[in-house]
Amino acid sequence: MDFNRIQEKLNILADAAKYDVSCASSGSDRTNKDKGLGNTTKMGICHSYTEDGRCVSLLKILLTNHCIFDCAYCVTRKSNDVKRAAFKIQEVVDLTINFYRRNYIEGLFLSSGIFKNADYTMERLIAVAKKLRLEENFNGYIHLKSIPDASDELMYEAGLYADRLSINIEIPTISGLKLLAPDKKHADFTKPMLKVKNELIRFKNERKVIKSTPKYAPAGQSTQMIVGATGETDKDIMYSATYYYKQYNMKRVYYSGYVPVADDSRLPSIGSQVPMLRENRLYQTDWLLRFYGFAVNEILNNDHPNLDIDVDPKLSWALRNMHHFPVDINTADKRMLARIPGMGMQSVEKILNARRFKKLNWDHLKKIGVALNRAKYFMICDSRNWERKDLDAEKIKGMILQQSTGKFRNQYSTQLSLFN
Amino acid sequence: MKNSKTLIYDGSFNGFLTTVFVAFEEKIDVVDIQRNTKGQSGLFSETETIFTNVEKAKRVWNGIRSKSHNAITNVYFAFLSEADGIELILYTYIQKLITSKNGKQLDYSDGIVLRISQLARSVGREKHRMEAFVRFQLTKDDIYFANIEPDFDVLPLISKHFRNRYADQQWLIYDVKRKYGIFYNLEHVELVSLNLKQVHFNKIHKSDAFLNDEYDYQTLWNDYFKSTNIKSRINRKLHTQHVPKRYWKYLSEKKETA
Repeated sequence: MDFNRIQEKLNILADAAKYDVSCASSGSDRTNKDKGLGNTTKMGICHSYTEDGRCVSLLKILLTNHCIFDCAYCVTRKSNDVKRAAFKIQEVVDLTINFYRRNYIEGLFLSSGIFKNADYTMERLIAVAKKLRLEENFNGYIHLKSIPDASDELMYEAGLYADRLSINIEIPTISGLKLLAPDKKHADFTKPMLKVKNELIRFKNERKVIKSTPKYAPAGQSTQMIVGATGETDKDIMYSATYYYKQYNMKRVYYSGYVPVADDSRLPSIGSQVPMLRENRLYQTDWLLRFYGFAVNEILNNDHPNLDIDVDPKLSWALRNMHHFPVDINTADKRMLARIPGMGMQSVEKILNARRFKKLNWDHLKKIGVALNRAKYFMICDSRNWERKDLDAEKIKGMILQQSTGKFRNQYSTQLSLFN
Repeated sequence: MKNSKTLIYDGSFNGFLTTVFVAFEEKIDVVDIQRNTKGQSGLFSETETIFTNVEKAKRVWNGIRSKSHNAITNVYFAFLSEADGIELILYTYIQKLITSKNGKQLDYSDGIVLRISQLARSVGREKHRMEAFVRFQLTKDDIYFANIEPDFDVLPLISKHFRNRYADQQWLIYDVKRKYGIFYNLEHVELVSLNLKQVHFNKIHKSDAFLNDEYDYQTLWNDYFKSTNIKSRINRKLHTQHVPKRYWKYLSEKKETA
């Protein structure tokens, strides 16, 4: 191994890949084959966390950061004056295997700048995955990037070796895309997505008849949107996320607060704050949609096109819908329990089980782990002490904010002026 | 009080289950259950030493499992927490399981049930952490070697994960705190105890037990760890929440800070 050369390439090509936030290694069911190397776990494993608090689960690198496109938001755009490098296929294979054997990673996340054309690039990505699977008998996790406008044949082949495929839509609105990535068409993104979706459906059907149908991308597909690069509202973002979840059976949509990487009048300037709190609120909303049974138009609509910054989206919804509350913990159905602010799904399950044995009171709920500082205004339980004063929404919000300390609290003032 | 005793067992899980069996069979009013290494018997109660009997242990195991799979997992995981007085809490838990209507293990309004499920959860979390934080170093003898120092005795729980994953390499994971390890010899996993002259932290100082290549890969990994960080998003609090400081000395990517 030419250590110095590899070291330099790794530094350049890992640095360029880090703006892709997805690092999931979950959702696959690949097992170790013929006493080979590796397997995947249903939950995924985060082997480390960077100092910005993000999970390090996969070796996330670009095959190359040479690129023929000039998308304004991207650090590897062709007009950007950065050092360029390219890995050889074997180099990526060796790095992956050696990191994996030391238990540093769950597998490989390979993306690339686009050189020559879409298909040529996609072929190279597939070649790495194929080599890992067939020559090294590697059964760990592989996440491949779908290259915009890659052909259907290649997208089919990619799914045979990869656990997950993803393509980043990046800009949530078509008008934003035109502005910032004039070389790319919206259809270039959706074409590979559609192919992957159809293949996943085909696999599921054939699998019912022929058990040995080769696996196709068992961890499904995902996408990412940049937040705060163009003037989109939270409603724009979440409605388009919902569209991708429904239309393309996405496993995940990721939201990435835009990190300024260019001096470009179309974009926030270098040095502006990364909208991390806004990103956090979007993820909370995403969770409410996927696990808590909320519909997107309950949380965001024309009257409320943006999420509140100072309170979480569930609390915000509850404050606007006081007529649903208080909820009786001991009789309410699962759907309403899940809608109480401060109540997580784990607590909901525990409550449903525990209340078959006895009526629950404040003490039980506290021990179970319900965040009562928020929940207490929205529920009653087996106790004569509850908030019976007729508090209006503003009052409740004030009291909750006064009694709690949010992790982003010190940012509110600056953040607010940023978004409004 | 009739037949009140403190029961002493050998510290093994089977030993504990045997103790539960004996206590039920002889209708003992259990004052406490203690490991023989602890030896702090109560002043006024009688003690009885229980000899581990796999048949008896199995009957308790099967008894709990027939009630619920979830409960037997909870019992085993909570036992490995080595928490103070865990034996007596578990004994009470098992009593409740056997005497109550089905599904008692889900009665989170019961303090004991909740406590056991929380303990089992902590142990489960530690298991998951070790699956993540083990950092193998390749020795000159071609063994992938790792030291760990988990909060709970999780080696028995992680053995299967590593065996399934690293089926084609020899590996050894050694618990520095509890002084035993698990070794996979390409066929099966066995328990080993070593006379380690030094603990192989992922130190900057190089040991001659490892090849130079090994240190090259550690450097590459450290570099990768640094380049994948986005400086403008720094959030050290979240970082240490996910990677608590007590694990740093065994993580090669943190060796400069540990």
